[in-house]
Amino acid sequence: MEMYRSHVLVCAGAGCISSACKAVQSALQENIDQYGLAKEVKVVETGCMGPCDLGPVVMIFPDGVFYRKLKPEDAAEIVSEHLLKGKVVTRLLHRQPGDPDQVTSFDQLDFFKRQTRIALRNTGIINPESVEEYIARDGYRALGKVLSQMTPQQVVDTIKGSGLRGRGGAGFPTGLKWELTARAAGNPKYVVCNADEGDPGAFMDRSILEGDPHSVLEAMAICGYAIGSSKGYIYVRAEYPLAVERLETAISKAREYGLMGENIFGTGFNFDVEIRVGAGAFVCGEETALLASIEGKRGEPRPKPPFPAQEGLWGKPTVINNVETFANIPPIILNGAEWFASIGTEKSKGTKVFALAGKVNNTGLVEVPMGTTLREIIFEIGGGIPGGKKFKAVQTGGPSGGCIPEEYLDTPVDYESLTKLGTIMGSGGMIIVDEDTCMVDLAKFFLEFVQEESCGKCSPCRIGTKRMLEILNRITSGQGREGDIELLEELSRGIKDSALCGLGQTAPNPVLSTLRYFRHEYEAHIRDKKCPAGACRDLLTYYINPELCRGCGLCAKECPAGAITGDKKKPHVIDAAKCVKCGTCEQKCKFNAIITV
Amino acid sequence: MSNSCSCHAQLTPDHLAEVDRILESYRGQPGSLIQVLHKAQNVIGYLPREVQVKVAEKLDVPLTRVYGVVSFYSLFTTKPKGRHKIHVCAGTACYVRGANQLLNKLEEDLQVKPGDTTEDGKFSVDVVRCLGACGLGPVVTVDDDVYGRVHTGKLADILSKYDKE
Ligand SMILES: Cc1cc2nc3c(=O)[nH]c(=O)nc-3n(C[C@H](O)[C@H](O)[C@H](O)COP(=O)(O)O)c2cc1C
Ligand code: SF4
Ligand code: SF4
Ligand code: SF4
Ligand code: FES
Ligand code: FES
Repeated sequence: MEMYRSHVLVCAGAGCISSACKAVQSALQENIDQYGLAKEVKVVETGCMGPCDLGPVVMIFPDGVFYRKLKPEDAAEIVSEHLLKGKVVTRLLHRQPGDPDQVTSFDQLDFFKRQTRIALRNTGIINPESVEEYIARDGYRALGKVLSQMTPQQVVDTIKGSGLRGRGGAGFPTGLKWELTARAAGNPKYVVCNADEGDPGAFMDRSILEGDPHSVLEAMAICGYAIGSSKGYIYVRAEYPLAVERLETAISKAREYGLMGENIFGTGFNFDVEIRVGAGAFVCGEETALLASIEGKRGEPRPKPPFPAQEGLWGKPTVINNVETFANIPPIILNGAEWFASIGTEKSKGTKVFALAGKVNNTGLVEVPMGTTLREIIFEIGGGIPGGKKFKAVQTGGPSGGCIPEEYLDTPVDYESLTKLGTIMGSGGMIIVDEDTCMVDLAKFFLEFVQEESCGKCSPCRIGTKRMLEILNRITSGQGREGDIELLEELSRGIKDSALCGLGQTAPNPVLSTLRYFRHEYEAHIRDKKCPAGACRDLLTYYINPELCRGCGLCAKECPAGAITGDKKKPHVIDAAKCVKCGTCEQKCKFNAIITV
Repeated sequence: MSNSCSCHAQLTPDHLAEVDRILESYRGQPGSLIQVLHKAQNVIGYLPREVQVKVAEKLDVPLTRVYGVVSFYSLFTTKPKGRHKIHVCAGTACYVRGANQLLNKLEEDLQVKPGDTTEDGKFSVDVVRCLGACGLGPVVTVDDDVYGRVHTGKLADILSKYDKE
């Protein structure tokens, strides 16, 4: 391994790619070359560092200085000042609200300080393409330990003792799943990693795969040893091409180093992993559908039992775990079950990675101990709501979950507490919405999603969600009738009780949960034909506030319907009969004179 | 097969030869149908009937099964796409930040519905559910380029980058 005195880590996670980190990276490299530092300083692309909102972000090691919102033009100064003279470029540091002193090192920033990173221990701070860096941070030591010092049963017992539960949604105890599969009759057995990450708005698994692929591979091999399997599959969604690429690189490196393949560490244990790429079907995240898809079939779920532990891939006993679940395994093996069990709440051990998105200041990835309150996650780490708006709710569990309103923000988050609130932990997506989001519309959005993604195999899901969607469409377009709410509730119960798989069984959740906390919004749409959030277009009336209007005429010029009239320098008016509610005028007015009521 | 669409993607003998090569490399591997279809679509841009027939023959699976798989998965398409592929994310994070307005504007400007291609075959527009860049929503991709925090005012600028062919 070459020795460099400094490493410049450039985040190349999806968020930073979309804020043009590649241009920053090439500018840094060019300047490093120009200053003749190429032999001393190495530029490395990492997975998501977490604070995506501040992208493009860069960290410089060994000092751990964190620069944010970089432009290619900033590269010259970073190289000439920081890398050459050792002077931190303060104007590029992150300024924390209410903090007079600028913090230079990333681990002193509130955003990082409040986190406990186990699954994300390496993500964003190592080169994901280098197995050497993974090894330097204890990588593959856990595999070495189980192969040389532990029996398969001891591995199972350690995982059981740690209290680790599945991070893919349902929270099933991982050790128990391994034990059931180890004991099941049938050969060969398989280890499958669910990297389908279907919840739209969540990107935890993606970040682990792109930022620390070896952690998943190592864990799969450990699982293989524990259950007696020598073959693993990773099922990755096709929307994540970079994750696939990183995994391919990692697999070939691991094979090259003898960490995968035949006779690993000379112990006689064989294990290899193959990648399978999905093709855009949300239902394939459901485990039985996923297994069908690996077999090259339509990804339709089948009834359980038999569970995959008994009859999984090609009818053989199979462990299927989520990416984040696997990423927790090596540290548990190295630090022991008690260590892991000491973190979290009574029934939910360890940490959870959440993807903060939507109307929140610090969008990005955070990992916190189970039991952290929603308020800490959204306001203290997430920095609250942008634009001075008011927090309205947080949606967890994606299309299978529900929303949580403000009065429950102090709830410590774990599997049980979220279920009690009528939602689920899910995979860790947290969508924050503010006063501008209509909860009926949000429920409709999720229902449209499941309606589109329903595989159509059973009618409660296929037809029931369609009926529900029709009703919601009616309500949001001002055609709601008395009795619609009761009808929605009745249909929900029917679907929950009779759908074949988890997709259908949980599809009504977003409707039920918004009805539980925001029933008044449904009622306002139905009875008063009003959308309190001002989001449902059909229920809006555009109106010009005569006190604010300066009569500049811009809105009238832009209105496609010719609905606005008025004399120059006099307040203008909108003819509601002509207005097609396109919203153009509201966007154009420089005086915020146009409002919706 | 009549190709009523005005797109330029055409099935060539080169394509078919490439598909043969792909099929060869997967010979004897169980469950490779989806992976083969991915690779074939990468080469040709879509999955015309001839290709599906060939895949069925070579992998020795019934054509109905190939067709069933192609129609089940939303990323497989039997229609040729535009020279530039626009994807608008309509995942939850992008939705609450206004992805719908973007899509409406795009439909209006390009006169296409999601899933279709413009008259001149230049752009095709599709909706996807989450590209994993949720922190920077709304997200739009054009071919391999990813754009974050897109709003309606930024669309024209982005599309103009694809003016020169
Ligand atoms: C409709 C549906 C979609 C799902 N999507 C995912 C997914 O994207 N990723 C995932 O890990 N689990 C998903 N699951 C859960 C899996 O079925 C399965 O429980 C999980 O992969 C088990 O791993 P774990 O115990 O490590 O969580 C989904 C379940 C359902 C019903
Ligand atoms: S519940 Fe829906 S997704 Fe699940 S099997 Fe039935 S139709 Fe398919
Ligand atoms: S753009 Fe605004 S200020 Fe100008 S005429 Fe219209 S409402 Fe009045
Ligand atoms: S919303 Fe559109 S149609 Fe209505 S007044 Fe404004 S610009 Fe004209
Ligand atoms: S993608 Fe760069 S910080 Fe998340
Ligand atoms: S929701 Fe749009 S990128 Fe995730």
